Amino acid sequence: MKETGTGSAAGKAAEPLLELSGLEKHFPVTGGFVFKRQVGRVHAVDGIDLTVHAGETLGLVGESGCGKSTTGRLVARLLEPTGGAIRYGGRDITHASRRELKPIRSEIQMIFQDPYSSLNPRHTVGGIIRGPMEVNGIDPPGGRDRRVRELLEIVGLNPEHYNRFPHEFSGGQRQRIGVARALALNPRLIVADEPVSALDVSIQAQVVNLLQALQRELGIAFLFIAHDLAVVRHFSQRVAVMYLGKIVEVADRDSLYRRPRHPYTHALLSAVPEVEADPAAASTAGPRERIRLAGDVPSPIDPPSGCRFRTRCWKAQEKCASEEPPLVRLEGNREGHLTACHFPEAPTVHGDDVVLDPALA
Amino acid sequence: MSTPFLSVRDLTVDFHTEDGVVHAVDGLSFDVEKGTTLGIVGESGSGKSVTNLAVLGLHNPETAKISGEIRLDGEELIGASRSTMERLRGNKVAMIFQDPLTSLSPYHTIGRQIGEVFRRHTGASRAASRDRAIEMLTRVGIPQPKVRVDDYPHQFSGGMRQRAMIAMALVCDPDLLIADEPTTALDVTVQAQILDLLRDLQEQTGTAIIMITHDLGVVAGTAHEVLVMYAGRAVERGTVREVLREPRHPYTWGLLTSMPRLSAPVDVPLLPVRGTPPSLVNVPPGCPFHPRCDYTDLAGPELCRSERPELSPHRGHGDACYLTLAQKREIVR
Amino acid sequence: MLRFLTRRTLGAAVTLVIIAAITFFLFFAIPSDPARLACGKVCPPELLEQARHNLGLDQPLFAQFTAWLTGIFAGRDYGGLGYCPAPCLGYSFVNQAPVFETILDRLPVTISLTIGAAAVFLVFGVATGIIAALNQGRPLDKIASVSSLIGFSLQIYFVGTLALYFLVYKNQILARPQYLPFTEDPLAWASGLALPWVVLSIIFTANYTRMTRSTMVEQLGEDYVRTARAKGMKGRSVVMRFALRGTLTTVVTIFGVDLGALIGGAIITETTFGLQGLGRLSINAVTDSDLPVLMATVLVAAGAIIVFNIVVDALYAFIDPRVRLS
Repeated sequence: MKETGTGSAAGKAAEPLLELSGLEKHFPVTGGFVFKRQVGRVHAVDGIDLTVHAGETLGLVGESGCGKSTTGRLVARLLEPTGGAIRYGGRDITHASRRELKPIRSEIQMIFQDPYSSLNPRHTVGGIIRGPMEVNGIDPPGGRDRRVRELLEIVGLNPEHYNRFPHEFSGGQRQRIGVARALALNPRLIVADEPVSALDVSIQAQVVNLLQALQRELGIAFLFIAHDLAVVRHFSQRVAVMYLGKIVEVADRDSLYRRPRHPYTHALLSAVPEVEADPAAASTAGPRERIRLAGDVPSPIDPPSGCRFRTRCWKAQEKCASEEPPLVRLEGNREGHLTACHFPEAPTVHGDDVVLDPALA
Repeated sequence: MSTPFLSVRDLTVDFHTEDGVVHAVDGLSFDVEKGTTLGIVGESGSGKSVTNLAVLGLHNPETAKISGEIRLDGEELIGASRSTMERLRGNKVAMIFQDPLTSLSPYHTIGRQIGEVFRRHTGASRAASRDRAIEMLTRVGIPQPKVRVDDYPHQFSGGMRQRAMIAMALVCDPDLLIADEPTTALDVTVQAQILDLLRDLQEQTGTAIIMITHDLGVVAGTAHEVLVMYAGRAVERGTVREVLREPRHPYTWGLLTSMPRLSAPVDVPLLPVRGTPPSLVNVPPGCPFHPRCDYTDLAGPELCRSERPELSPHRGHGDACYLTLAQKREIVR
Repeated sequence: MLRFLTRRTLGAAVTLVIIAAITFFLFFAIPSDPARLACGKVCPPELLEQARHNLGLDQPLFAQFTAWLTGIFAGRDYGGLGYCPAPCLGYSFVNQAPVFETILDRLPVTISLTIGAAAVFLVFGVATGIIAALNQGRPLDKIASVSSLIGFSLQIYFVGTLALYFLVYKNQILARPQYLPFTEDPLAWASGLALPWVVLSIIFTANYTRMTRSTMVEQLGEDYVRTARAKGMKGRSVVMRFALRGTLTTVVTIFGVDLGALIGGAIITETTFGLQGLGRLSINAVTDSDLPVLMATVLVAAGAIIVFNIVVDALYAFIDPRVRLS
């Protein structure tokens, strides 16, 4: 299965490890007179289809409030979906009970953003990493302690640190502890929710490299959730872009980053500040095509009708308000490149390759 | 050459804590000219925010020991009286902070928070301050400024709050604006809006800007000059082009190779800096970066460990490292 | 705001009825006979039966409760025993008077006591706390924290008794504490209650000093306070306009919670100084098995706490626009 890590084409034939169909999570908004009643719903995740194949990384990007973290929590079954289905390894686990989930819990693990608050400060590092084994009653050959020391070594920490407490470690080291805990049960899928965004640049690269090495060596699949488009591109084979609870575009990374068809994807990419030193760019408009979206993301309590991006989209027409664009393969898209847009961006040709933004060439 | 608008010389900031003396900034020097932007880049604990709070005189004098020179338009700020500093802040030097939600008072309207700066420094009437607040909100691109002026910060979105912060900072037409990670808490599309806004406003007003950030991309897009800081010291200084195109310090190399880039080929591996930043209570002797540096053998391990390298040359593109220029060129290649 | 008040008032009414019911039914779990009390010491069986009938004690328990409840609005006739006009909270056969009159008679004492004490501890506690916070780590701060620690352990009955002995009886520095209506002579009202106010407020002052200090220290470290300083606001205005605002929010919240404790403190204070307030009344009602009075005092206390909590919540909305506008 490790070979599937390099592309989605090979994984297509096999059954996906994780399959989300029409997945939905609405949070109730309460209010009212005398008695509390539901007055609205936050459409955090509003009907999304995604697949993750064994050993591959699917990147999930989007701005705050787009529902990417909620999606991660749904997959890890930390939240109960309000609609749609989650299939894992061919089994429907959408509403699986605690007992039914037990064998799966160890296979799906989560890494969180904040390495400070996601580790219990009163437990030793050894205790934190042993925890999942104890809860799930797993006895690795050679004993739990040995396995913990082994895991510490795998994530690049000193096994001697077994009896230390989280506060004795730096941010990057704490994130390594979080990774070791996730690895304790030999997971097949890791949901990584902004695993490096709280870390300094130099440390961020260390953790990204660690996760990549783990994926190569252990064949773990990742659902990699982040807002940093460059990190996602670096880490993921396929990338999905979310906006207000919907997937607006999904494709393998080359296709998505070089030929974005959804205006939102395009705007996101053009907004990333790039380390291309050009004094001209500092004073006047640089050579890169720049798209500046106006305003902010609308409220997920009352999302716009039709296409949700239309309120900020420069191409929006009447059709966009009345009809929700389906997520489909557009003409000119590669296999597996799906876009939900009525008026997609036309890719320009740049040399042999189709490139939208000259600066990306 | 005239004297620079802001000139910092040999700035040292120590904090006395229970764990010992934290050497947050150690012998830092830099200049900022009017109408230009200096980007100060560094990771957490590099001293970039501490430096700028020192410029504004915002450190608690009981815990922070500050020495050196900070000259703003020829006036020495270290040791200046409290009332001098209070008159300066918000007027001649203004600051915007990272998190606009916590940096704005939840108890006062946006208009009042902007207007009171104007009132404080110009003695304008309440009505005139309000008009000025509306004018500023219009300038930073808040829709319906006449209505939104009476809103509270929690009624604004993240991007609008940062716009309001900028309006507040610029209300007295400051000569120097210090922006401390102004877009770190914002989404990427909003970040682009805010950076554009700052650039446009600088063109209109000729304000000098110090842009503090950990993101070299932000620096590339906004700054003219760059100062790279590590463990409270400057390790490299130069124009944006010089530092990003021909970086000279091993730490700057590390920063650049740690970042994945959209413009680079997909499979370029990230080359992080090994190890972790030092504790500021126990800064390594000699070059503070030497324990994490891969080139100490080449530069002379004894020298790196014992003697602190100074930023050289004194003007233009300089760095604090014992490697020779030829060695650096060889390594970069 | 109106919606908020209506909702809270309705909620308060429901809460009061529930409290009344619980008090009522709990009372009947106690072995005592109100009819015998009503009838007097020497009471022939037929008179006792008559009294029992007049009091409605021969009715089922639930019917008695509804009769009591309707009495509040319609008044009640106790046959030969007396008449109690609306609002009738019952008729005390211990005091031989409608309960409402007794309550009305005693209420001003307790209100004067609690409001005065609250004013004392809010002003002194908050002020000391602010001074301590602004002088963090300096001698003034240390003095404040040590004295608040001492104050915190000074119980009312202990300090009260000592103060009475040394200041009033032995050295005659102060007059004996007494209640004189405010409307007749405000000065006498204040001087008569000064000692009880101080004694009742000691523990609260200590508590508010500590709480204000810690909240203020926290507020002074807030980002928006730093922004205010970065804007060039003067030191005093930073403290008064920005840091204090956030501190008040906490003070108001804690004050809402503390009302119950304040009423409890008032009962002890009244007993210590022999003031004829609601606290004394309720203690006597317990010892005399005087159900109507007991019910009334419990209800008044509960009602006061509920009303003040609504006031505090409204005040909270006034202070914090995030509450008001959400």
